[in-house]
Amino acid sequence: MEHIRLPKVEHVKLLDRVSPKKSRVGTLYLTATHSIFVESEDGVRNETWVLHSLVCGVEKQASASGVSLVLHCKNFQLLQFVIPEEKDLQDILLSLQRLSQPESLEELYCFAYKPNVAAEERQREWDFVDLRSEYKRMGLPNAHWKLSPVNQNYEVSDTYPSELFVPESATPPVIAGSSKFRSRGRFPTLSYYNKDNHAAVCRSSQPLSGFSARCLEDEQMLGAVLRSNPRSDVLYVVDTRPKLNAIANRAAGKGYENEDNYSNIKFQFQGIENIHVMRNSQQKMLEVCELRTPSVSDFLLGLEGSGWLKHIKAVLDAAVFIAKAVSEEGVSVLVHCSDGWDRTSQVCSVSSVLLDPHYRTLKGFMVLIEKDWISFGHKFTHRCNHLLGDPKEVSPIIDQFLECVWQLTEQFPCAFEFNERFLITIHHHIYSCQFGNFIGNNERDRQQLEIEKRTHSLWSYLWSNRAEFINPLYRPNHSQTQGVLRPSTAPYCFNFWRGLYNRFDRGVHPRQSVEDCLRTIREETEQLEDQLSSHKQKISKLEERKWSVSVNIFDKSPTAWIFAPDLRLANTPQDYTSCVLTSSPRPAGGSPVLTPHDLNLTTSFNGSDQESGVADLSAPSPFSEESARDSDEAANSAA
Amino acid sequence: MEFSEHIKTANVEDVVLRQPLHPARKGTLCITGHHLLFSDKEDSSRQVLLLLRNIDAVEKSVENLVGYSSLFSFADHGERSGSSGTIIVKCKDLHVLQIDIPGMEQCLNIAHSIETLSNLNCVSEMYPFFYRPPNHSLDRQWGISTPEQFFRETEGLSFLWRLSAVNRDFSICPSYPPLLIVPKDIDDESLKKVSKFRQGGRFPVLCYYHRKNGMVIMRSSQPLIGANKKRCREDECLLQAVIGSSDKGYIIDTRSGQQSQQARMIGGGFEPKSCYSCWKRLHRNVEKGKTLQESFIKLVEACGDESNNMDRWLSKLENSKWLSHVQTALSTAGLVAECVERDGHSVLVHGSEGTDSTLLISTLAQLIMDPSCRSLEGFLCLLEREWVQAGHPFQQRCFHSAYSHARLQQESPVFLLMLDCVWQLWRQFPLALGFSEALLLRLATEAYASNYGTFLCNSELERCALQVKENTYCLFQALLKSVEREIYTNPLYESTDLAIWPSVHPQSLQLWRSFFLRWTPQNRHLEEAQEDIRNMIIEWGKLARR
Repeated sequence: MEHIRLPKVEHVKLLDRVSPKKSRVGTLYLTATHSIFVESEDGVRNETWVLHSLVCGVEKQASASGVSLVLHCKNFQLLQFVIPEEKDLQDILLSLQRLSQPESLEELYCFAYKPNVAAEERQREWDFVDLRSEYKRMGLPNAHWKLSPVNQNYEVSDTYPSELFVPESATPPVIAGSSKFRSRGRFPTLSYYNKDNHAAVCRSSQPLSGFSARCLEDEQMLGAVLRSNPRSDVLYVVDTRPKLNAIANRAAGKGYENEDNYSNIKFQFQGIENIHVMRNSQQKMLEVCELRTPSVSDFLLGLEGSGWLKHIKAVLDAAVFIAKAVSEEGVSVLVHCSDGWDRTSQVCSVSSVLLDPHYRTLKGFMVLIEKDWISFGHKFTHRCNHLLGDPKEVSPIIDQFLECVWQLTEQFPCAFEFNERFLITIHHHIYSCQFGNFIGNNERDRQQLEIEKRTHSLWSYLWSNRAEFINPLYRPNHSQTQGVLRPSTAPYCFNFWRGLYNRFDRGVHPRQSVEDCLRTIREETEQLEDQLSSHKQKISKLEERKWSVSVNIFDKSPTAWIFAPDLRLANTPQDYTSCVLTSSPRPAGGSPVLTPHDLNLTTSFNGSDQESGVADLSAPSPFSEESARDSDEAANSAA
Repeated sequence: MEFSEHIKTANVEDVVLRQPLHPARKGTLCITGHHLLFSDKEDSSRQVLLLLRNIDAVEKSVENLVGYSSLFSFADHGERSGSSGTIIVKCKDLHVLQIDIPGMEQCLNIAHSIETLSNLNCVSEMYPFFYRPPNHSLDRQWGISTPEQFFRETEGLSFLWRLSAVNRDFSICPSYPPLLIVPKDIDDESLKKVSKFRQGGRFPVLCYYHRKNGMVIMRSSQPLIGANKKRCREDECLLQAVIGSSDKGYIIDTRSGQQSQQARMIGGGFEPKSCYSCWKRLHRNVEKGKTLQESFIKLVEACGDESNNMDRWLSKLENSKWLSHVQTALSTAGLVAECVERDGHSVLVHGSEGTDSTLLISTLAQLIMDPSCRSLEGFLCLLEREWVQAGHPFQQRCFHSAYSHARLQQESPVFLLMLDCVWQLWRQFPLALGFSEALLLRLATEAYASNYGTFLCNSELERCALQVKENTYCLFQALLKSVEREIYTNPLYESTDLAIWPSVHPQSLQLWRSFFLRWTPQNRHLEEAQEDIRNMIIEWGKLARR
């Protein structure tokens, strides 16, 4: 609270970026966790909530209507407030700068977020995703892979999880030796095991090979990985970095495996750029997204110039290579980059999505993030900018992972149990710090923070709201759903993800949602099916009775006669339609992606505005006016 | 028949056909006056029948192996004569097939026949005149709507408007249909004078009546004011009659201000403020003609690029400018709709000839505003009215598509651009349009090569002269009647009375993959999804009816 210099400013104007006429006047409040803008217009209670932890930039900007305060958020929302008094603006600016950049993890929102949940319930939340049962699902431990206790106290590698699977033949000395020869002690360990052909995806950090160093144990470790795949006599080593970067690392005593020193390995570079390149690329892309009325050429050239889609393609290309090696050739793969927590996590997890339909389900996808990102020590605190820290550590690596999966859902619309909303919600909460899952840089950090005792888990939240996240086109027995996904990575297969990067620019999204419509239809179909089967049951019961009655018909029981035709009457179509078809198969008042109450996020919801689709266009709604004017503006600018 | 003189080799055995999404197949190739027919050796039921008219370009490469075999006399070529050739056939619907033909001479013959037969420009010898599906007879009404019907069925229209037969013998305007809707106060004599003042005689006619407020969309060609600012009182009167009691109207000129200025130098021009004081003129540069054709060619070229390089793809996509054309068309149409629906004023749309971008804009504006043209029938009626009857020169515009090496003449994919824009609307309002993507794809194919007579010729006059209506079948009727009608309807359709305002932000516009990348495997998954949607609705419908 001590950071709030000014808790309330009146007569603040929230500018609408796309159509300035739609700007709203109200009061801005600062609380310990949120900035809240309340529109003061009569009759409408319009609130915009912005979580401090989602703010990644606050700046002053001179605009036509005076000096304004611009908030850039990590979920790609952009808010612009005009504050009448310069001094107030300055106070708000300084307060927000401090509030949005906490200095210690303890200040994060997840420790303050206290929904009314009992302690045992909270533990159940955390037990919802359990990696042991995930490895068990893969068929581990087995004759080739064993659970190793070496890192139980995070002594071998402080950034690795405590439970790791290693080749059966890897002895503790071999593991210890290998870990000393790898950056941050991150020795080769299992990420995904393909039950069907014993091929595995393993991950590590780069070897400390320098120009000529060797390590017998590391060579033995790779040998053990190779032996764990009895049907194959070769092991692929995939270095996800561009070759030049890897060579440069040799000068620092790091580097990559020399094929001559390791027996039966095939070495391969993949050319994914480093965190700095990715950060700049996303920044450039966001600048393009934020252009007010770009022409198609501005947009496409900007998108090309940012290089973003090229990087997404590079990640997917690498994942496709690995999925192919594992599924088609039956060859195990060791993946690494430099430290093995950025590109390695991306490539391992994307290839898992390609390889195993389980990871394309709601639950499986959560497990996958838990495994390849959270447990293997992707540095969320640094990469997601949770705290005031080194800006060079920030990078949208996890964004790229989510985007790769989204690109796949675009190519295979029936293969995923979850929808775009699910991915966007996960993205939102990785940055919101509302849940404990993405706090800290590794498992050890989280243990020290007692995350499970003090915070809540996103996974059980998502699960209990899963109805919102189901892809209505998904069917477990669909041909697209089964087996390995073989996406094309031709450039034209990649789309710009407007749902994420332009999430808050309502004007650019489709006005009606096929998905919502299908969801309603699907629910109704299920209902109808249920009713039909219960009716059928009743009929068959009654028919049994009728039969027994008709057998006894000569016992002249009059009731039986009355009973039977009655049932037939009840079975007429009118009756079904009147009791079931009260709602038509279209989205009922389309729910917004996330509700402010549940998620404490921003957004203004006023009545008809949030209706999806046609309702939006109802004659006097400001929205249709806006869109019409947009087209005019665009036309003007194009002319 | 004289086709035969172009066919030296009619049949070739042991031909290998390679096409996207299918394994290579061996079989017999057969060429007829209108078709290329391939039948599979193993499974004769699997045939490929290709309309020669659909072929845009033929590329042949022959390899004379005779020379090699004499050098390597031990080479065992079996029955093969020692030479072979490959023909790559590129179709107007962007399908590309490769045919390997044993025998150099045969290969050259086939290629020559395809080239000649696919380029024949005599309309009365085209396939629609020979197409005779079983169980159909020709003595029916051709087309699905007439101007009379439209006039009769548009409520409120007859109060201030009338149907004029001034063009009954096509003498006033050769590219207009015989019947046209004009203001009631303007007599045929005036119309004759107005037509002399408009390029090609295309005087302002009504194409849309907005029931909600009685405002209209008119379309015409440019006025022939020329360098010395000619005037035509009757033209001014006609437009004044359109405005009626309202205070003003809008003229949407589909050329830039500069272009319409330049048009004066060659006798054309625009309505000057001084003579048309109640009309506010707005210029929007909607590309057409050669620029649009080149854009199409570049886009198709970009889609075929195999370098697998993201930067290259995006820059080629940008460089083609196709999506910019989509944006301009949609936003201009939005502007027209805004004038009529929101601002409550009538609009006159024209460019130069009034047969291309004018029709593009008036069609899209109607789709945005008018719920009745968003159903399957309504949309086809709209196309018949605004493109076929209104005289879009299909024959010239769709003679070649994006692959042809021939020198461009009058080709321009305006109709295709319209379909693309409709597709964008369909993406943004997936429940508001009664037809499916499959319909748009079918129309895009049929406009270039068809069994039906609908897109033959450049105008109603030509259709009459060649007796198209008496001797061919109408596509629109077939689409509505056919057993596949179901695949052309949108299962999610839920009619709405509201206008559907498209977003024209670059982020909202997408490449029409299912057309431009139709023959790629990825498209299959998307088709599957569409199929699933349809099935879900059917399932639901079945249950709901019980």
